[in-house]
Amino acid sequence: MSGEQIEIHVIASIVAVACAMPGVFLVLRRMAMMSDAISHAILLGIVLAFFLVGDLASPLLIVGAALSGVLTVSLVELINRTRLVKEDASIGLVFPLLFSIGVILIARYAYNIHIDIDAVLLGELAFAPFDRLFVNGHDLGPASLYVMGVILVLNLAFILVFYKELKVATFDAGLAAALGFSPGLIHYGLMGLVSVTAVGAFNAVGSILVVALMIAPPAAAYLLTDSLPRMILLSALIGVVSAVSGFWAAILLDANIAGSMATASGLIFLVVFLIAPGRGLAAAAMRRTRQKREFAGRMLAIHLLNHEGTPEEARESEIAHVEETLRWKGGFTRSVVGYSVKRGMVLVEDGRLRLTEKGREFAGRSVVEEFIA
Amino acid sequence: MDVPGLFSDLFYDYTLRTIALGSAILGIVSGALGSYAVLRKQSLLGDAMSHAALPGIALAFLLTGSKMPLVLIVGAALAGWIATLFIMSIVNTTRVKYDTALGMVLSVFFGLGLVLLTVIQKRPDATQAGLDKFLFGQAAALLERDVVTMGMLGASVILITVLFWKEFKLLSFDPDFASTLGFPVRLLDVLLTTLIVIAIVLGLQTVGVVLMSAMIVAPAASARQWTDRLGLMIILSAFFGSLAGISGALLSASVPRLPTGPTIVVSVSVIVVVSMLFAPRRGILWSWWRERRQRGRLRLEGILEDLYSLALDHEDPEHAHSLSVLKLMSAGKGGVEKSLEILGDRGLVRAVGPGEWALTKAGIEAAERTISERSGKSDER
Repeated sequence: MSGEQIEIHVIASIVAVACAMPGVFLVLRRMAMMSDAISHAILLGIVLAFFLVGDLASPLLIVGAALSGVLTVSLVELINRTRLVKEDASIGLVFPLLFSIGVILIARYAYNIHIDIDAVLLGELAFAPFDRLFVNGHDLGPASLYVMGVILVLNLAFILVFYKELKVATFDAGLAAALGFSPGLIHYGLMGLVSVTAVGAFNAVGSILVVALMIAPPAAAYLLTDSLPRMILLSALIGVVSAVSGFWAAILLDANIAGSMATASGLIFLVVFLIAPGRGLAAAAMRRTRQKREFAGRMLAIHLLNHEGTPEEARESEIAHVEETLRWKGGFTRSVVGYSVKRGMVLVEDGRLRLTEKGREFAGRSVVEEFIA
Repeated sequence: MDVPGLFSDLFYDYTLRTIALGSAILGIVSGALGSYAVLRKQSLLGDAMSHAALPGIALAFLLTGSKMPLVLIVGAALAGWIATLFIMSIVNTTRVKYDTALGMVLSVFFGLGLVLLTVIQKRPDATQAGLDKFLFGQAAALLERDVVTMGMLGASVILITVLFWKEFKLLSFDPDFASTLGFPVRLLDVLLTTLIVIAIVLGLQTVGVVLMSAMIVAPAASARQWTDRLGLMIILSAFFGSLAGISGALLSASVPRLPTGPTIVVSVSVIVVVSMLFAPRRGILWSWWRERRQRGRLRLEGILEDLYSLALDHEDPEHAHSLSVLKLMSAGKGGVEKSLEILGDRGLVRAVGPGEWALTKAGIEAAERTISERSGKSDER
């Protein structure tokens, strides 16, 4: 690995972790789309701050972008309060306008200066190592490393300092208000962090893909754990894995790095979505199959109990007849019978089924349970 | 600005006519279908779909090597479709919420699209020039054949909406009722979502991925303020959409360096603000005025009642009371003199001496009437 590649790895990992931190709370607070809105609106903040200071490298651009993020949040709240449209519509009204004003300002007044909309939206991680920080002529490494490092520390500090408030405000807003925490402060603080993170990361991964790194890792972590600290750690970990694997996929395919990192984060979510223990699609399907078989076993026992000692018993206990009566498919019948035999409820004798003592008891209890239910 | 000249250009200038016509069609279709999206709380679906369309566009080009609008639109619509499917299955089978699923699918699909675009870019045999126009939109590059495609697709979308009018209406307002009536709700949901996706994809080329969501939300949100009826809302929304499209196109044509897509978005946002402020009954100014009038009426009634309750303490119901007592009773709400003057003009009170006011006969009746009305109302509760 070349020095540049190592630097890209480090930057990408820091970006991923910095994004995952506020992302966890966005996902839990059902405000994931605010990150998308903010990431578009920061363009306006960057442009206005640039007009003010006239320097594309100025850290004031980050301040401008953060302010435009807060402006987005305030405007959405303002429209929400009129109750004239639903909440999702107010988000959809605000960010395209702010973004459009940003684009128009660039086109009208900054057309000869290099603010590349593509770069803001799409980013280019491959260039990050070339923009270096020099102090007294000493090369201290890529500038974005420091920018994102500071943002990461800021995010971590916010979460550590306000952990209790964040947790209560996220899971029980009413309790938070009753305890005297200011939900507004937490809300705007979090949104401010999202804005700062988005603008810090746009250089590296572009503002649209910041959204992927903010949402996909926490969403995957959300399917893996019930504990908030573990969810934060897992999100960071998944973010780093997405960033690193995305980077290598991009090298292999010779494709856009940020896009590849976003795709990787989506693929990781997909895998978790499919096989997460307990909550994944596979686990849910298995649970359904098990429940279906359990229910069928219960029906089989009740059926046998009903006909025990009656003249039709011989016929009703034939496996083929049971299959027909209960309208089961061949394979399913075999699996239900096998399952019941294994649990010691049923015995098989020359193609006929007979309840064991345990099975009889189970069937009797089931009838009562069904009756009560 | 030379307005008559602009209008003659609109008819005779090929480029301007094409752009304006394309923008108008876009406005009509996205305005009409956007109404359903907004009513069904799917406002941000437009945002998600327009981002998710990118890998579809790239794949359609990769597979066919064609840049025909229809091919790209089909690719975009398919990708948008698959994205919707992902969102639905994530929301239906896990505890991940709708907004998270939406945001994630949006950005991940977009990322995948970028990967595919850069892969295409690096192939020696193909040129991807033009594909990136779908990202930011370039109305200026609209050709007559694009407009024809848009027009035909748009007309089919609108036609289907009209044919399934009753079904879609029921689906939007009471899906449970629709399913008890035996309508195939799932299928209708799929159909309506498909139409919305097509409407979104149609606009990508004109206003671009990032701004298309505005064309879904804004005309519909504006129209909603003016009416409670679905039919009127859709017509108004289509009208607002086309108005924004045409005015945005004309503005950007007459002012140098004014990009069309963002200008259309600003136009439509102006329509939103005007609608939210001025629409009768729902608008902000209307409710402000109504509230003010209500407050004024309550104040008059309050003073009338204060005078009445004072009068009850005296033998003579028309006994005069001083202004300072009334001011005290109104608990510092202010405007007491003004209200007394208004009541005096209506003949309900009269000034007896300086700063002394008394109820008239009519005033006593009016006070009794409001008091009994109020107790009647509280009885109903």
